[in-house]
Amino acid sequence: MAEPFLELSDISKTYPGVMALDGVSLSIAHGEVVGLVGENGAGKSTLMKILGGVVSPDKGSIRIAGAPRTALTVAEASRTGIAFVHQELNLFDNLDVAANVFIGREPIKGGPLKLVDSRIMHVETGKLLRLLGADFMPATSVAALSLAQQQLVEIAKALSLDARLVIMDEPTSSLTVSETGRLLKIIADLKAQGVSVIFISHRLHEVERCADRVIVLRDGRKVGELRQGQIGHDAMIRLMIGRSLKSLYLPPAAPPREETLVLDAVSTSTFPEHAVSLKLRQGEILGLAGLVGSGRTELARALFGIDRKLGGEVRLNGKPVAIASPREAIDQGIFLVPEDRKRSGLLLDVSIAENISLPDLAHYTQAFLMQPAPEAENAEKQRKQLNIRTRSVHNAAGTLSGGNQQKVVLAKWLSMEPKVIIFDEPTRGVDVGAKQEIYELMRALSDRGVAILMISSDMEEVIGVSDRMAVMHEGRISGFLERDKFSEDNVLKLAVGQSLQ
Amino acid sequence: MLKKDLGLLLLILVVGAIVAFINPRFLSPINLSNTMNLIGLYGLFSIGVGFVIITGGIELSVGSMFALLGVIFIDLLSTYNMNWMLAFLLIVLAGLALGSLHGFLVTKMNLQPFIVTLCGLLIYRGIARFYTEDATAGFAFGTSFPALEWLVAGRTFGIPHSFIAFMIIAVIMGVVLHRSIFGRYLFAVGKNEEAARYSGIRTNRIIASAYIICGGLAGLAAIFLAMYTRSISPASHGNFYELYAIAAAVLGGCSLRGGEGSVLGIVLGTILLQVLQNLVNLLGIPSSLNFAVMGTVILLGVLADQQIMRRGGFGQFFKRAKPSALEAAETKN
Repeated sequence: MAEPFLELSDISKTYPGVMALDGVSLSIAHGEVVGLVGENGAGKSTLMKILGGVVSPDKGSIRIAGAPRTALTVAEASRTGIAFVHQELNLFDNLDVAANVFIGREPIKGGPLKLVDSRIMHVETGKLLRLLGADFMPATSVAALSLAQQQLVEIAKALSLDARLVIMDEPTSSLTVSETGRLLKIIADLKAQGVSVIFISHRLHEVERCADRVIVLRDGRKVGELRQGQIGHDAMIRLMIGRSLKSLYLPPAAPPREETLVLDAVSTSTFPEHAVSLKLRQGEILGLAGLVGSGRTELARALFGIDRKLGGEVRLNGKPVAIASPREAIDQGIFLVPEDRKRSGLLLDVSIAENISLPDLAHYTQAFLMQPAPEAENAEKQRKQLNIRTRSVHNAAGTLSGGNQQKVVLAKWLSMEPKVIIFDEPTRGVDVGAKQEIYELMRALSDRGVAILMISSDMEEVIGVSDRMAVMHEGRISGFLERDKFSEDNVLKLAVGQSLQ
Repeated sequence: MLKKDLGLLLLILVVGAIVAFINPRFLSPINLSNTMNLIGLYGLFSIGVGFVIITGGIELSVGSMFALLGVIFIDLLSTYNMNWMLAFLLIVLAGLALGSLHGFLVTKMNLQPFIVTLCGLLIYRGIARFYTEDATAGFAFGTSFPALEWLVAGRTFGIPHSFIAFMIIAVIMGVVLHRSIFGRYLFAVGKNEEAARYSGIRTNRIIASAYIICGGLAGLAAIFLAMYTRSISPASHGNFYELYAIAAAVLGGCSLRGGEGSVLGIVLGTILLQVLQNLVNLLGIPSSLNFAVMGTVILLGVLADQQIMRRGGFGQFFKRAKPSALEAAETKN
């Protein structure tokens, strides 16, 4: 076999108090797809920062295409052909696709005037987009693109840099099933062209589908390497957490009881001519599957009073409720764990305790004045119950990992009296261990009599966790599935609007 | 007390000590009393502007409100012979009304606070000048309102009543901002309006309330200022006062991005600004340099503060390193 494109040997990096990487070695051949998995904090991002030239290792050596280097700088990394597709997209949505692809290195014309040559920019971008099979034009505004399409722009940008190695950090976390499928195909194409790919993901079945080899990190060490044939979901999890994980599905303690929340022909302004009717029972987890943009989040927003619903009726325990604002939803006991935790779920630089008390401040006052003691007491109680890993509840919520942040969002609602909780993508950006904890919490809640509606684009999750499933397509429910009918195939068929027959 | 406030207090003491050393008149009772009076006058409305800044907004129109409400107040008293208590009440209500208008335009019409209050700045000044036909409004010779004058321009044990009023308002507003539910909501809205809404806070109401409070305090300050100057030339009365308020708030730790600040900080910021004004006078610096001195000190102060934050807080540094997502979210709002 030819010389590997990239070879890292014995890389170590220490931050004050933490050994982020401890003697990690890995090599990547031309045209090889390597899956990199590990829980949050396992050292994946530090390793990526070293490859991107953002931080330099304390120890170890890097060889790129045979040439040894002690450390990379950002400019060197991109010159040698290492490109990144980040989890959080770094695009300018006020610019068009071509401008984004060429940002910072626009072709220039007009001599000393240094005008941007948009013709060349558009032609070059057009070539890349055709290569990727994109369905949009170089002149399309990024604001008009879906998340998956934006991801393609990032990949086009990487390719325009003549990338030899593309590092994808959680590229599928906001993609739907079919979009993910397309991305995996693009990875295969890149591979065919001799481009190497490092694919980082918490969605193990995707890693399973695209990787030639999987490297597992835990606590800064390489704990295992799986070659083709050995790559499997359970094998990866065993290595990642050092033990095997129970199956996702936790059956309810008792069969579902009476209907709590009934939606009767509810419509939203996104899909004015379609309506949703469904019944949510006490003690069950109803999964709401579908493609991104099928109207699931809009439905959740209407139920929680963020947006006005257009028509239809919502009944809670038999009584019709009118919800015009989140305050009214909260007062009724209908809570939402939003999709975008950082934007809508938490005040990141406010303490955990103050985040938890925020929807229910009146509970912690005496003579109209806030009482910090009961507030901290309750936060402490929640910290223990939900196993929020932090030294103190007075730390800012933004210092927590994704999974623990999600537990803080949950703690807000658990401190009150929930009747219905809507989870919108409950484990996005949450690592495997914490995922399981969140599923256990959801089950415990539903056993306590809370009705749970779980919106999820993660196939593994929606199949593994739900007791019953509703699949949405273009603003309406295209079908309900009972557990014995759960399969990826059935969900996909309903999600694209086909019937099961 | 936050470290930031402590630093500001230290700065005030150092500047004060230097001025007192060079010119001992700084500590004379008459100078102290005058400076306190100015601190009270400027502090009253600075707290209101600070509240708006904490919600992530801005209020630029208070200076023009002083001109408009001031000429109306003097007119009510001298031309219409209105009972001063009634006039007092009407002016505060008018301030509240203007604040409500700003709050309405910002929250219901979704206009940017900068634009709303900039237009306010232009409109109120224009109306004030039109109302008096650009003439100076004042009391007829020999008229006096002993009770009103004692209340807003008097002194008790040498302490100006404007300063006492400022202290009372500061304590009330301090409790409101730092101990009440409303205060928590103000910070939450300023930090992340969307997350606040998802937590059941009626964000529009909270933001509008900040403008209303600011308007009410501006109405109150307009009366104190009118009775301090006793005559108002509508073209210049209160010019740039909105900037004094913003400067005091920023010096006191309010972030223009919202979500940060304290009443104590605003009080200390106001004190520092007035000490600096006083310094220019007492050290014989040409008064034309007044603004330049103030600008330089604010710039240096903010710069020093930022450097300290950068060294002190690793967490802060890390947040800056990955600003893309947060900022993208902010620009979308």
